Amino acid sequence: MIASRRGEPRELDLTAVLCLAPSVIYVVVMFVYPFLHGIYLSLRPPKQTGLSLANYIAFFSDEWQYGTIWITFTLAVPTTVIVVSTALFLAYGMRRGIRMERTITTILVLPVSLGVILLSIGIQGFYGSRGWFNQILIGAGLLSEPLQLTNNHTGVMLSLFMQQFPFCFLMLLGYISGIDPTLEKSARTLGANSWIVFRRVMLPLMAPGIAIAFALVFVMTFAVFPSAILLGQPAGATRTIAIAAYHQAFEHYDMSYASAIAVIMGLCQLAGLVLIVLVRQRMIAAPTMGVGKR
Amino acid sequence: MSRTLDSLRFRITKRFGAKVVLDDFALEVRGRQFVTLLGPSGCGKSTALNIVAGLIPASDGELWIDGARIDQMPAEHRGFGMVFQNYALFPHMTVFGNIAFGLEIQRRPAAEINDRVRAMLALVRLPELGDRYPSQLSGGQQQRVAIARALVLEPRLLLLDEPLSNLDAKLRIEMRAEIKRIHASLGLTCIYVTHDQIEALSLSDWIVVMREGIVMQAGPPSEIYNHPKNVFVADFMGFRNFFSGLVNADGELEGAGGAWRIKGRAHALAPGAAATAAIRPEDVQVGADASVNRFNGRVEIVEYLGRENEGVLRLEDQSSLWVHTPARLAPGETVPVTFPPDKVIFLPAEAP
Repeated sequence: MIASRRGEPRELDLTAVLCLAPSVIYVVVMFVYPFLHGIYLSLRPPKQTGLSLANYIAFFSDEWQYGTIWITFTLAVPTTVIVVSTALFLAYGMRRGIRMERTITTILVLPVSLGVILLSIGIQGFYGSRGWFNQILIGAGLLSEPLQLTNNHTGVMLSLFMQQFPFCFLMLLGYISGIDPTLEKSARTLGANSWIVFRRVMLPLMAPGIAIAFALVFVMTFAVFPSAILLGQPAGATRTIAIAAYHQAFEHYDMSYASAIAVIMGLCQLAGLVLIVLVRQRMIAAPTMGVGKR
Repeated sequence: MSRTLDSLRFRITKRFGAKVVLDDFALEVRGRQFVTLLGPSGCGKSTALNIVAGLIPASDGELWIDGARIDQMPAEHRGFGMVFQNYALFPHMTVFGNIAFGLEIQRRPAAEINDRVRAMLALVRLPELGDRYPSQLSGGQQQRVAIARALVLEPRLLLLDEPLSNLDAKLRIEMRAEIKRIHASLGLTCIYVTHDQIEALSLSDWIVVMREGIVMQAGPPSEIYNHPKNVFVADFMGFRNFFSGLVNADGELEGAGGAWRIKGRAHALAPGAAATAAIRPEDVQVGADASVNRFNGRVEIVEYLGRENEGVLRLEDQSSLWVHTPARLAPGETVPVTFPPDKVIFLPAEAP
């Protein structure tokens, strides 16, 4: 018998174990094994016998390779900040519902249903040097020559924004609408203006949701791949770490080195997540239980 | 200790789209008064309270406090305290933090904040719980904190929106007494919203009975309880037996074809007028022998309530009669019942 935390004896329930088995098997086969195999691969360079850190050493001694970490961060971090703050701003404004909310939400979410490739081609067509956007501005006499908005950092960020924003917005809207509206009312009767309501009541209660939004958007944008190729300069300014891994895997056919790059990418994402969790814990020392209506 | 208010008066109309929630609803509250808005859910009482608080704008009308018009003033400048049904404590702040919130906004010195919060915790009898979080408190404790949080700012008007509805029966009675004690000891002016007539009767100096945004009757509790002016208010005040008929030449109510006659209290209804007679279940006398208002009823359902029995009787004209009696009733038996005339009120008939 195993004593549980409450001190009551608890027996291992065979039914529970059996019910759990399918999902455990699924997670092991589809996630844990490939993940561990990837780590193992990264430690076995083809030209050597036994385990070796050669791939990692090679990566960090070649600026062309380790520079991709910085490039990826310069794309992922600003995009994440812009996406989360824009989504937060809009979702907060819509927290009590607005007219035509469903229509607005549908328009905002539409890009998700289109897929990255179509979206990227659309952005290329609209924001490209001969796209509508520049044509209109030039036609209106506001510009003398087109703005370079694609095939660079800006292009990738535009595309990432459009992919990530809907998810982030919907998530935050759901989270914020779940906060009891009478909290805001009671704060106002206690003398709080809109800013104090936001800063002292709503923000701390939204913080867990904002942290999750940051985490999800950061991880997804850090793995940027198709938009970095289609709207960036995949051989230069926007050669992200995912492109580096892809090159090793499918151009040099060095799966071992590619795995090492993938592991490094994973560690960078993990570092970002840890940072987000730490900031969130510093921001709110108190536990935030029972956000919704009791 | 509070800044006392001389008078608050308003006349407001509120429409949500085409629906009129408050139809020219007028009220005057004097200083230190305890006024209750009483009505079933959806009668507009909470909307009225929210408009007074400044949390919802009125569609039309005005709101005056001590001679100053305040309907455009934002909630945070009105200086009214408000207590909500679900307490609305900030879950991320301690009890101390919740009560100190309003004082911190006013940038009071820390020592003053500490003293005033401690005084409030003592007033609501929770001196030890300053460091707890709301989720660690019981419902009754949370409501005490909510009251303390509103009172610490010494509001000139305290608004209470069904503050006891989420509490269980025993706590509700305790908290009712607590609210009464605090109101009396601080000399507060309160507007209280409830659907519970016992709460309204026990707390208020003045009751406003509302239905669908219209005032059905307003007055002191004893008047509302003893002299309801219409069927709606009577129904709300516990009159459960209603008989419809016409007033005859003797001032009695007569059933169709003279099937029955009921004599009641003095009234101002003219002979020939359609009227409704009403009596409370506890005023019906079972078994008593009398010359007027005597009926026979067959007992259909009996429920034991402890001090007394509640019975549903079927009268000879097939109408049902609710009675509360200490006498033992057996289903199926026929018993004589009497309505003491001074307990029967006559009300103008109401189109259903």
